[in-house]
Amino acid sequence: MRRTMLTLAAGAVLACAAPALADEDATVPDLEVRTGGPSFLSATVIEPGHRVKVTAMTGDYLYWSFAAAAGESHKVDVRIALPPSADRHGPMTWTLDVFDGLRRRQSCTAGAQTATAARDAAQVELGCTLRRIRTWADPWSYDPLPGTYYLRLSATGLPDRDLGLPVSTELDLSVREGEAHPAGARMEAPLSPPVNAGTTLAPDATAAPTTVDSAPKPEAKGEGWLARLTGRWTWTIVGGVLAALMGVLGYTLTRHPRRWFA
Amino acid sequence: MITARRWAAGLLGALIAVAGPGLLPAAAEETPAKEPPRVELVLDSSGSMRIADLDGRSRMAVAKQAFNDVVDAMPAEAHLGIRLLGSQHRFPGSTKAVGCKDTKLLFPVGVVDKVEAKTAIATLAPTGWTPIGLALRAAADDLGTGETTRRIVLITDGEDSCGLPDPCDVARELAARGTHLVIDTLGLTLDAKVRRQLTCIAEATGGTYTAIQNQAQLTERLQLLINRAVDTYAEAPLHVSGTAACATAPVLAPGVYTDREEIGEHRWYRVRLAPGQELRASVSLSLDRKLNRDYGVLLRATASGGRELVRGSDAGSGRTDVQSAGLRWSDGRSADDDDAEVRTVCLVVSNSFSAPPKVSTSPGMPLELTVDLVAASPDPGEPVLGRGWTLLLVLALAGLVAGLVTGWLARWRISLRRAN
Repeated sequence: MRRTMLTLAAGAVLACAAPALADEDATVPDLEVRTGGPSFLSATVIEPGHRVKVTAMTGDYLYWSFAAAAGESHKVDVRIALPPSADRHGPMTWTLDVFDGLRRRQSCTAGAQTATAARDAAQVELGCTLRRIRTWADPWSYDPLPGTYYLRLSATGLPDRDLGLPVSTELDLSVREGEAHPAGARMEAPLSPPVNAGTTLAPDATAAPTTVDSAPKPEAKGEGWLARLTGRWTWTIVGGVLAALMGVLGYTLTRHPRRWFA
Repeated sequence: MITARRWAAGLLGALIAVAGPGLLPAAAEETPAKEPPRVELVLDSSGSMRIADLDGRSRMAVAKQAFNDVVDAMPAEAHLGIRLLGSQHRFPGSTKAVGCKDTKLLFPVGVVDKVEAKTAIATLAPTGWTPIGLALRAAADDLGTGETTRRIVLITDGEDSCGLPDPCDVARELAARGTHLVIDTLGLTLDAKVRRQLTCIAEATGGTYTAIQNQAQLTERLQLLINRAVDTYAEAPLHVSGTAACATAPVLAPGVYTDREEIGEHRWYRVRLAPGQELRASVSLSLDRKLNRDYGVLLRATASGGRELVRGSDAGSGRTDVQSAGLRWSDGRSADDDDAEVRTVCLVVSNSFSAPPKVSTSPGMPLELTVDLVAASPDPGEPVLGRGWTLLLVLALAGLVAGLVTGWLARWRISLRRAN
């Protein structure tokens, strides 16, 4: 009997260990990025933890891209130091747009994507917390999927006279990992678009399904032994064993009640 | 042991001998000799460059020093050219007919000899007219045609004093040639007319506009633009022409394409989709001219019969560079399906832009189309098994109840047997 109790306890400990690993912050060594690309195709690739500090002009469109894997939830913070107010002629509106690998606009769950700075404001802050990346979605849906994500920072509203003035921007990208849904599903290929030039084909030819270069892809995470251990099969088998043990316990309770209650 | 090692060495040698000739040419093919990145600086050398309003120095002096700094820090692989406008004839003093044809190539585009470049820059003297349009056209010819992006950096302090050709129209015409030309403009004055003209040139080609207020800023910006040319020159998409109907549309393989689309126009493309493949497409339309406030882009995928499969759209308003939409679609057939027929999917790009009356709508706006074919991701369905603490508790309780019932049944049976 004591042995069975021991086995039971061991099983419980094993099962407990797994979910504790889910919520943790990924930390990557700091690295400074000093550019922002001018278009989707030439977006500057960044990673969470990189410090992005760029000097630009008020009329510039700055693009960055990063790779996101299933279960991750990214947060972007932007601070823009505006040109001296003596050079400015009115309020300035700044916008941070987020797109997925198919250049579809992505919504934010928190943070101000658009902010208007008064003429005498020295800086403006923008932010966006993205939705948690899902493992799989219908082709028709706009759910966030693993792949490349694009950030675009631009002044979307300003007096014409204020174009071309120097600004300095700082961008922080951080990631929070969590459980990916739906569990057990996966995308065959991340949403990372090709960046190489295309070719036109004869009307009856078919293209090979692979492309040479693509925008940043999330690293394929191998399913760890721990993850496999905490899958549905393990839970069900452990549950079956537990049920059998409880069956035996119930049986002995009724067969030899004096051993327990005397 | 020794024999085993010898064996292994021999086997390795044989493997290399067999694989070597096959491997090497393949590696050579993967990295074809790329065109060098090409940049041409177009410097205004008109009379007004004499005005000393940048940190107390003349605009020309500031430009000269910035050029020197840039030539010093020039990346080795970049090819640089310098063209002057208004450097030969006096303004005022010469006739417009002569002064407005005044553009001179100081350096042809190529590897820069730093010493030679600096001596030539030192001799520059601001004199003449400002034929910006003509200089841009000449600069585009200097850079030649090719598959990679080229950049023109225009540094000027005044609006075009020659009138025709209008520099903004020239910029749009150059962009429409499909030679991947980007013009960045640097204005050495805060004058409103100059700014309007330079932003128009920059927007027409997807470039940037900067208002220069001091020497350090000019140097930094020039360096950034040249570095940008080096970083991004290779990513030049293929130019295709979408048609007005699906039946005649070009068939596209995975990759990036450019095209032009006018306001209200529909452009069709075709993609061949094998079973088990997923189509991914995205499109960006550049707003390269003055447009009315609200706009939208629609990308639809239709079957060859015209039935709509899926659509992606986005709308917006206000100042922006591109408006994008994307879609993904697969027909649900798996790769080992009996029906192995390759189906044609049509893509159509349309827009809901509108322009104020005086804005010319031709040539169309630049369109960038990305097509990708990847393995389809089938619906994962519902999980077969359960998991979690609730499941364990339910199973355990069920076991306990089963045990209790069995035990009591057994006791009841034994007591029955004893009574008998």
